[in-house]
Amino acid sequence: MTAQQQMEGLGWEDNTPAVGRVLEPGLDTTHKVILYLEDISVSFDGFKALNNLSLAIDAGELRCIIGPNGAGKTTMMDVITGKTRPDSGTCFFGQTIDLTRLTEPQIAHMGIGRKFQKPTIFENHTVFENLELAMKMDKRALTSLFAWLDREGRDKISDTLKLIRLDAEADRQAGLLSHGQKQWLEIGMLLMQDPKLLLLDEPVAGMTDDETERTGELFKSLAGKHSLVVVEHDMAFIEQLGGKVTVLHEGSVLAEGDLATVQADERVVEVYLGR
Amino acid sequence: MRTPFVIRFLSSMPRSGWIGLAAFAAITLVLMPALHLLLPETSPFHVSGYLITLGGKLMCYAIVAVAMDLIWGYAGILSLGHGLFFALGGYAFGMYLMRQIGRDGSYQSDLPDFMVFLDWKELPWYWTGSDSFLWALFLVLAAPALVAYVFGYFAFRSRIKGVYFSIITQALTFAAMLFFFRNETGFGGNNGFTDFKRILGYDITSPEMRATLFGLSALVLMATLVLGRYLTTSKFGRVLAAIRDAESRVMFIGYNPLHYKLFVWTLSAVLCGIAGALYVPQVGIINPGEMSPANSIEIAIWAAVGGRGTLIGPVIGAWLVNLFKSYFTVAFPEYWLFFLGALFVGVTLWLPEGVVGLWKRIRQRRPA
Amino acid sequence: MTRYLLSLLLWLTALPALAALDPVLVKQLANEDSDLKVAAIQQLGASASPEAARVLKAMADDALLVAGDTVFILDGEQAVDAATGAAITPTPESYEAITVNNRLRSELGNALAALKLFDPDRAVRLAAAKELQSNAGLELVPVLARSLAQEKDGEILALLKQAHAQANLANPEVAARLTAVRALADSGSPNTRSLLLPLLEAANEPDESVRQAARQSIEAIESRLMVGETLGQIFTGLSLGSILLLAALGLAITYGVMGVINMAHGELLMVGAYTTYFTQTLFRAYFPELVDWYVLAAIPLAFFAAAAVGMVLERTVIRRLYGRPLETLLATWGLSLILIQAARVLFGAQNVEVANPEWMSGGVEVMPGLVLPWNRIVIIGFTLFVLGLMAVLMQKTRLGLFVRAVTQNRPMAGCVGVPTARVDTLAFGLGAGIAGLGGVALSQIANVGPDMGQGYIVDSFMVVVLGGVGQLAGAVWAALGLGVVTKFLEGWAGAVIAKIVVLVIIIVFIQKRPQGLFALKGRFVEN
Repeated sequence: MTAQQQMEGLGWEDNTPAVGRVLEPGLDTTHKVILYLEDISVSFDGFKALNNLSLAIDAGELRCIIGPNGAGKTTMMDVITGKTRPDSGTCFFGQTIDLTRLTEPQIAHMGIGRKFQKPTIFENHTVFENLELAMKMDKRALTSLFAWLDREGRDKISDTLKLIRLDAEADRQAGLLSHGQKQWLEIGMLLMQDPKLLLLDEPVAGMTDDETERTGELFKSLAGKHSLVVVEHDMAFIEQLGGKVTVLHEGSVLAEGDLATVQADERVVEVYLGR
Repeated sequence: MRTPFVIRFLSSMPRSGWIGLAAFAAITLVLMPALHLLLPETSPFHVSGYLITLGGKLMCYAIVAVAMDLIWGYAGILSLGHGLFFALGGYAFGMYLMRQIGRDGSYQSDLPDFMVFLDWKELPWYWTGSDSFLWALFLVLAAPALVAYVFGYFAFRSRIKGVYFSIITQALTFAAMLFFFRNETGFGGNNGFTDFKRILGYDITSPEMRATLFGLSALVLMATLVLGRYLTTSKFGRVLAAIRDAESRVMFIGYNPLHYKLFVWTLSAVLCGIAGALYVPQVGIINPGEMSPANSIEIAIWAAVGGRGTLIGPVIGAWLVNLFKSYFTVAFPEYWLFFLGALFVGVTLWLPEGVVGLWKRIRQRRPA
Repeated sequence: MTRYLLSLLLWLTALPALAALDPVLVKQLANEDSDLKVAAIQQLGASASPEAARVLKAMADDALLVAGDTVFILDGEQAVDAATGAAITPTPESYEAITVNNRLRSELGNALAALKLFDPDRAVRLAAAKELQSNAGLELVPVLARSLAQEKDGEILALLKQAHAQANLANPEVAARLTAVRALADSGSPNTRSLLLPLLEAANEPDESVRQAARQSIEAIESRLMVGETLGQIFTGLSLGSILLLAALGLAITYGVMGVINMAHGELLMVGAYTTYFTQTLFRAYFPELVDWYVLAAIPLAFFAAAAVGMVLERTVIRRLYGRPLETLLATWGLSLILIQAARVLFGAQNVEVANPEWMSGGVEVMPGLVLPWNRIVIIGFTLFVLGLMAVLMQKTRLGLFVRAVTQNRPMAGCVGVPTARVDTLAFGLGAGIAGLGGVALSQIANVGPDMGQGYIVDSFMVVVLGGVGQLAGAVWAALGLGVVTKFLEGWAGAVIAKIVVLVIIIVFIQKRPQGLFALKGRFVEN
């Protein structure tokens, strides 16, 4: 446990003054890298979910992460988004922002958006409201009391609705959407946040082939302006994305490179086909 | 262009809502007091003092039920300690009422009777200013707010949720009850405060005062409903409901649930405190029994009976349950607990959306 | 009675020697002046003779009478001269009793106790020494010294030494007082401490060296008292903890393992306690000779009664609310109200009387000032038994296996053929039954009434929450820890403040470790 964590554990240090506000985080990507993970370890009751994991994502990159169940993919995302504190190691966003010191909402404000493995949307809200809530704006409680959606906001929401092809469903309750539509809605919410880094946990699970293909196109168009980290099992989809692939196994990086190289790696074949 | 706040505010409720509210205001603020004060007691249309007081009590219960619903129905946080905030408001105003007795108590002392009885020579420090009406009003708001804020801050910050939170609030009100039961605490121990004489110099039992308190309670109830309506239709309300349904998602899109929960939690406590302060002069007594866990959990059933997640539901629920209670405890005292128990079970099993939900379902069915 | 006859016999055989009592002294007993009476009593007491005992005993029994100049004892119809022991015939026509006020009565008590120190029966001597230990006056010093010289029994000797030293505290001689004060350092009783306390002040004790010695003795006594008190508190704490544990163990299954929040849990304790009461009534009516063993019969009965009630609740209500904890909470609260009112209707609103069996009353004295009551010892043992039973049930039986399987993965357990619905009912019944066992234990130390369960519900939830949900070991430590901490706080601040402080501590604790003492960590925690 680091000193920082201890401070937080004790709860005396309130490092949440800026929560809710729109920040200009001053993300420093001068060395082309947007996310650094170094020697991250996390263990749960003796089980090492992450074991000295080191990873760097370049600004504008589209990175795919694969690995068998229990390889630590979700835990890695938990660490990046502040849900889980690492036992050791550092996690930097750009050159200057130490993610291990921030809370989930703060990290979201810094410009990291996350899509969960199981689509998580607000089922009792309409599709429109879901996007409205996600929109990048002042998110403090007292401001929300008096917040009013202006024309610019409406336009932005309707653009996104078109992009995710849900404009016909705008006033429908989100819980009534199909699984694929929910996935799209969640991606749409991510876009409304206008994040610099998108973490996408199995984004095309449950989608039809057509939907999957369009998702792939969308992601590719986002890359460059945004950085994307996609965790997937669907190899065809990964092939479509065509980015660099990282293979996780037992909490650390087993192999890295383009898909063909990785698939040729004997160790990768071994962890996938059995030991 | 920014829409003016007044228009936004008015648009939070449909026209029928405003009309209904106006009708309610006419009945409670004009008609009932007039029938009570102007008609002779022999008139068949005279509203008796008993009815006015019962009505005032029902208004207070309804405020509490709406406050409970704001936190439970809209934010998904079930509090089993709201009786504490109600009692704190009551005690805060009760202190003022005790001081207003002046030397008319049994011991003819400047000190409240129970202090004389305990052989105290002077008021404890926390009674400072209790003879001031304004200070009393401030305390009515501040005491529940402070307790709720501090407790809520620590509880929500630790992400205590669901049943855990409920149980801890129950423990909180239980502990407070034990604390107020002690004579040394300085709030009259077992007996609490009673034998009130006047408010601002006016006789507390006069028909005018009863009508005033009744009207005030109705007014606060209406204000609570309007505030609740605005709150739940604002973006704040949508975030709150989002927290209820998927808290982690809310965090990952950049909202800090702590502040949202804390705001509505504190607001709810303050509303309860105001209700308590209006309740105490009407019933003429406040004692630690108001903080018993059973009282607090009963508030939850008012909201559940009426219909959670609606604003009118809790009002209906509070009235229904308490009218039943008034009737049952007199007619069949033996069976009241059976009935109340069955109500808890029945509502959760067969009427999860309460009376309002039932009514909606019936209405939906009819056209088909 | 035998002893009375014996002493009478002794007296008859030793008739000539009886004249030994000073008639003047005996006469003085009838004096108007209380001070003179006291002096006479003390002198007679110091004489250590059986005759004196007889006279004083008669005086204490209001059987010492005066007719003119004669002081005599009325023994049934027969009057006997108090001084000589000779029979007086006829019995005087008019006489009056010697008035004995409270002061005289305590003097008589002391004097008689001093006389009993020479009784041949060890038990009588022991009782007398105990009585004198804390309230012997200076006048008894010679008697005590004499009996010290004669006494052979170690235990009595130690008590006598205490009594002797204590009587000597009022001795005008400094050396005697000093020895006395030093001797009292061996005492472990709070009374001795309060006897010595005044000696610290110059107004009460002029001699510096004695004051010094008193200070040292008090320190010695206090440290001994401290040990006893601490041990006592730990014991009562453990006993409270075992009660909490019994109340919480059932909850640890229903809430901790099954995730059902049962607010009617306290009422299942009540069911157990009323079953105990019912069993007791049955035994009194049908097996009066076995009444001491009704508790043993109540154990299985309470288990099955509470389990039956629990299973009915599960089948009818709780089952329909799985996965909706807040609703379960409200519904079970409603059930608890119904059960409470049912108890009122069936057994009355008043508490009912449940008696401890003979073998559970009294206690063992571990050290001076530390008595461990049997009923609490038995309850601690019983808790261990229940704990063991539960561990065996959960670890070794098929039901335990099924319960654990269903808890870990309900759909999977269903797929491999575990009858999940039946397992739920049985597991809930098991939790309820254990609450019933807790009720048996509670009935032995607490009031049995319709409201008894309400007081335990918050406490038992605190134990489960503090211990960590689903952690039996956690519940054990949490319960015992809570019990001991509560008792210590009660010692310092009183019961109410202790309760409040404990609740605050728990609330603060949960801030730091929301998952409890024995936290499960990992990605599954929040799901």
